[in-house]
Amino acid sequence: MVPDGRNNRPRWRSVAVVLAPLLLFALLLASGLGEDPRELPSELEGDPAPAFSLPRFDAEGTVDLEDLRGQVVVVNFWASWCVPCREEHAALAAAWGRYRERGVVLVGVLFEDTVEGALAFRNELGGDWPLVTDPGARAAIAFGVYGIPETFVIAPDGTISAKQVGAIDYAWLTEEIESALRSVEQA
Amino acid sequence: MSGRRGSLLLLGVAFAVVGLAALFASGESERPTTIDDRAHEIASGLRCPVCQNLSVADSPSRLAGEMLDEIETQLRAGRAPEQVRAFFVQRYGEWILLAPTRRGLNLLPWLVPVIGVLAGTAIWASLVRHRVASDGGSATSSERSRIERELRGLEEPG
Repeated sequence: MVPDGRNNRPRWRSVAVVLAPLLLFALLLASGLGEDPRELPSELEGDPAPAFSLPRFDAEGTVDLEDLRGQVVVVNFWASWCVPCREEHAALAAAWGRYRERGVVLVGVLFEDTVEGALAFRNELGGDWPLVTDPGARAAIAFGVYGIPETFVIAPDGTISAKQVGAIDYAWLTEEIESALRSVEQA
Repeated sequence: MSGRRGSLLLLGVAFAVVGLAALFASGESERPTTIDDRAHEIASGLRCPVCQNLSVADSPSRLAGEMLDEIETQLRAGRAPEQVRAFFVQRYGEWILLAPTRRGLNLLPWLVPVIGVLAGTAIWASLVRHRVASDGGSATSSERSRIERELRGLEEPG
């Protein structure tokens, strides 16, 4: 009888049997915890923008995406209660001022807010781009909006060429508008 | 020893049956009939985008309510539950599904527990069998004489 020689291997093996799944689990956990749960996948980029026809509340009329085919459209989902919306307001206003003459349309789609609150926001911070309400959040759902602000740049061919979740900055917006404008010149 | 082996095998089979039954039971539920029930069923499988780990059905948020309305509208328009789910997946990605679709690499979460139970049972069975085989009837002569001594001790009137 050589008990040592016989017992060593199974013991080593059972340690491995316990450690291997633990190691695997730890690796999975590490890779999972490394991800930011708030970081969201970017869908719809390159896809046709969902159609909408929504009533304006800053003025008479409606905004219909179909009518704007052939133009670059920036759709901005926002609300008066949203702090980052306040932060990005200046960038939106500057881009609107710079590109409106070139046929670029900026539309603010109100998300989970009251018209009164939105108008107070507009009066406080200014701006004169069209603002629309989104009854039942149907446009927001169709655009896959997670949380506002969310901004979509729609190319003249009606496809979504860029999307940003969170406050946009002027550099990003102008770059994306320029590239959408270029796409029409090339076509 | 064969009896022990048999009962181990039986235990393994029992584990497998229970595991598979649980797997199938989780997939099979009563088919809801009304639009409300079907909408609720779809909503409970969709992640509420503005919440942390809440389904659209469970969330009290306004957006979740509006998503439920959207689901009902689409069902009323005659769209199948699969098409409604696809509508949300197209917009929000697979992320919107609380349980990933059961295909490809996504099958891993369903297969790993079953494989784990089967592999664990097999390893345990082989370890036990190994021990039984190495110990079986191999008492040393000193052990044997001790057993005989103690048996004699039991038989003697106290």
